[in-house]
Amino acid sequence: MSGHSTYEFKNPVARWLDSRLPILSVVRAQLVDFPTPRNLNYWWTFGGILATMLAIQIITGIVLVMHYTPHVDLAFTSVEETIMRDVNYGWLIRWMHANGASFFFIAVYIHIFRGLYYGSYKSPREVLWMIGVIIFIAMMATAFMGYVLPWGQMSYWGAVVITNLFSAFPVIGDPIVKWLWGGFSVGNPTLQRFFSLHYLLPFVLAALVFLHIWALHVTGNNNPDGIEVKSEKDTVPFHPYYTMKDLFAIVVYLMVYAAFVFYSPWYLGHSINFAPANPMSTPAHIVPEWYFLPFYAMLRAIPSKLGGVVVMFASIIILFFLPWLDKSKVKSAKYRPLYRQFFWLLVIVCIILGICGSQPPEGAWLRVAQLATAWYFIHFLIILPLLGFLEKPKPMPSSIAEAVLGKDEEAAKA
Amino acid sequence: MTTTTDNADLTRRDFLYVATGTVGAVGTALALWPFIDQMNPDASVIALASTEFDLAPLEEGQGVTIKWRGKPVFVRHRTKKEIEEAKNTPLAELKDPIARNANLPPDAPATDENRVKDATGKVNEKYLIQIGICTHLGCVPQGEAGEYHGWFCNCHGSVYDTAGRIRKGPAPRNLDIPPYKYITDTKIVIG
Amino acid sequence: MKAIIRLFTALGLSLAVITGQAMASGSERKNAEDYDFSFEGPFGKFDRAQLQRGWLVYKEVCHNCHSLKYIRFRNLAEPGGPEFTEKQAKAIAAEFEVEDGPNDEGEMFTRPGRLSDAVPSPYPNEEAAKAANNGAVPPDLSLIVKAREGWDYPWYISPIIKLFKGNGGAEYVRSLIAGYQDPPAGEEVKEGLNYNPYFPGHWLAMPPPLAGEDVEYADGTKPTLIQEATDVAAFLAWASMPKMEERKRIGLMALLYMGVFALLMLMVKQAIWSRIKH
Repeated sequence: MSGHSTYEFKNPVARWLDSRLPILSVVRAQLVDFPTPRNLNYWWTFGGILATMLAIQIITGIVLVMHYTPHVDLAFTSVEETIMRDVNYGWLIRWMHANGASFFFIAVYIHIFRGLYYGSYKSPREVLWMIGVIIFIAMMATAFMGYVLPWGQMSYWGAVVITNLFSAFPVIGDPIVKWLWGGFSVGNPTLQRFFSLHYLLPFVLAALVFLHIWALHVTGNNNPDGIEVKSEKDTVPFHPYYTMKDLFAIVVYLMVYAAFVFYSPWYLGHSINFAPANPMSTPAHIVPEWYFLPFYAMLRAIPSKLGGVVVMFASIIILFFLPWLDKSKVKSAKYRPLYRQFFWLLVIVCIILGICGSQPPEGAWLRVAQLATAWYFIHFLIILPLLGFLEKPKPMPSSIAEAVLGKDEEAAKA
Repeated sequence: MTTTTDNADLTRRDFLYVATGTVGAVGTALALWPFIDQMNPDASVIALASTEFDLAPLEEGQGVTIKWRGKPVFVRHRTKKEIEEAKNTPLAELKDPIARNANLPPDAPATDENRVKDATGKVNEKYLIQIGICTHLGCVPQGEAGEYHGWFCNCHGSVYDTAGRIRKGPAPRNLDIPPYKYITDTKIVIG
Repeated sequence: MKAIIRLFTALGLSLAVITGQAMASGSERKNAEDYDFSFEGPFGKFDRAQLQRGWLVYKEVCHNCHSLKYIRFRNLAEPGGPEFTEKQAKAIAAEFEVEDGPNDEGEMFTRPGRLSDAVPSPYPNEEAAKAANNGAVPPDLSLIVKAREGWDYPWYISPIIKLFKGNGGAEYVRSLIAGYQDPPAGEEVKEGLNYNPYFPGHWLAMPPPLAGEDVEYADGTKPTLIQEATDVAAFLAWASMPKMEERKRIGLMALLYMGVFALLMLMVKQAIWSRIKH
């Protein structure tokens, strides 16, 4: 991706192919020899875990499509009868896909907060970060449309509520909603287009992931010390050091995933979605999937319809500007004593928002959600720019090698 | 950067790598099975795999096509002439000397009797029950057609006789007889 | 485990009192009574005899109003369920009249059920079900245990309780069926509805379906009200999750395998990283 490898393959067939299409030397340079900081901790394995989850979602999804029927009269039956009861291992593939979405989001949230903690969005990785934000948005759109497909009560009412968000915009709102629905309510045209897009978007995601990795391999990894790589001593080859470390982490992560798939497959979902969609009756509590709850809380925290929608979208858009909002020269929170505390405060605020999102927007919950929403924006718009001036960073090692090996040894070697 | 290792240590590590790789490969292969098996016929398809049919309304010389497992099955009430023709054909003249009857051993000869035998060994030469798919490339042959008065396949010109045996053309085998049995004298269950 | 749950519950409830947290608004109800069904836990299996008794209760009583459309008679003979013999399942199917057709004359006709048929619905369509039940459609029971929850807990404890105890759908069915009472003094009686403390909002359209002695069990079990309710709840749990035993069995093998593989991967990773100082 960045420059050609000069590697000479010994195998004549490999040499023949590589001189015509340098795919082998690209793989060699990017996935085998790629110089990777030697101090990456386990928080860095979530990139590989996410790639694994995307692959699982695409494979199980393609299989489910072989048995699913995107029609309002048949969708629920095709999932709950055909796939869950008749298709060989259909239940397994369905639960892998449904829980896969949740475990995709668990991993992506850890990945995002890792980036926030270690300042991975800072120069020269702004584009890498922004592609990541686009991936996150595409993931949310994909997950939302996927949840509609089984056509249960929560599928249906989730689709109604979320598409109605767009009606908040003056003048163009109603035409947009009608256009999204393809009718005057959520119905068969809506289901079919959501199905089509739900199938398309993961491949867009895969392409975005490719760009994300490309950008990563131009700048190289950030690392827990937030010091750029200076010499070969700071790095190890990606393979076998990080391939094996990532693989170990992936297996452990998949074990937790499997525990849910096999022993609590609908724990992360909603019971009421086992009742077929009924456009005539809304369930008592409409709650989105857990991974949308913080955003849902922000939506409902604002007493105006348009205001809520704008704030919710702004909470994601703001991430695009993060590289320029954070004025500190130091990347890693390891050397930023104040930022470290604000980081953990933000984590707590996001969890509080998630809890608020699961509760009815009344009384104390509403006030807590409003405070938390306000803090979310204060963190990005006021705290981060100020910290750059107010914070006195801790002394940093001069290189990754020094951070890992200690100053004396490093000096002795040099 | 590197530490010195003695040979015993190296072999132990090599063993670890090979063992881990093997365990990983076996696990991946096992995990693949559900994704392959899901394309096999599902439980509802298998449950529908038998069809009952009442032969009584069929008059002599009349044939119908019924659906079994999504495939056409020819049920024909043969005329006396058709039965005679089929019986008088010497086995040596047949292109395919095997009965191709799912109710019989795979090497049973293609006599007319073996073409109309059900799973219990009952023979009713009036009724010929066979899968209506040309053994060449899967077209549905036409009935009461062709020079042997049996079936004729429009696609590539295969000719079958009144017992559904291939006589001419590119098809390699006689028409297949599905598994079936008489549950009464005039009622069969296919599959 | 039980002790932990009880501890958490007590902790949660006291916290709820302190914070003045209302449990649920509008749809108040009593939590379903906890019951140790045989199919709970990572190694739990269905009790065949219980499922067979539950089927009898469903067929004799519930089936008068409730459909069970995702259960086909063949399911009754499949492994992991009531495991009737195929002969028994065929006989059960034949007791039902199933609509089929159109025949050669273009008419619909009825015939005795076969293994491949679904349990026929008691009403020809939703409107008929509505008309026969004062406007309230009796829900299909194929997924009822998964579609209902048995208990509400405060937000800070609910995720943990539900992780260990599940959603309580089977307990809900059991408690609801056996839990009809006279409304407490002072409660306004609602015409055409019946009082049940386990139902959200307390008043539901379904009259008490069972009274005890409603069926005669072939295995000699005494058909008390709570016994019948427990059996039918277990049966409906199976109807909701007919692949549960297969799921848990494969899950155990998958997790054991992954545990071994993770351990090996850890050793490989350590061996490789021991080459350098890190």
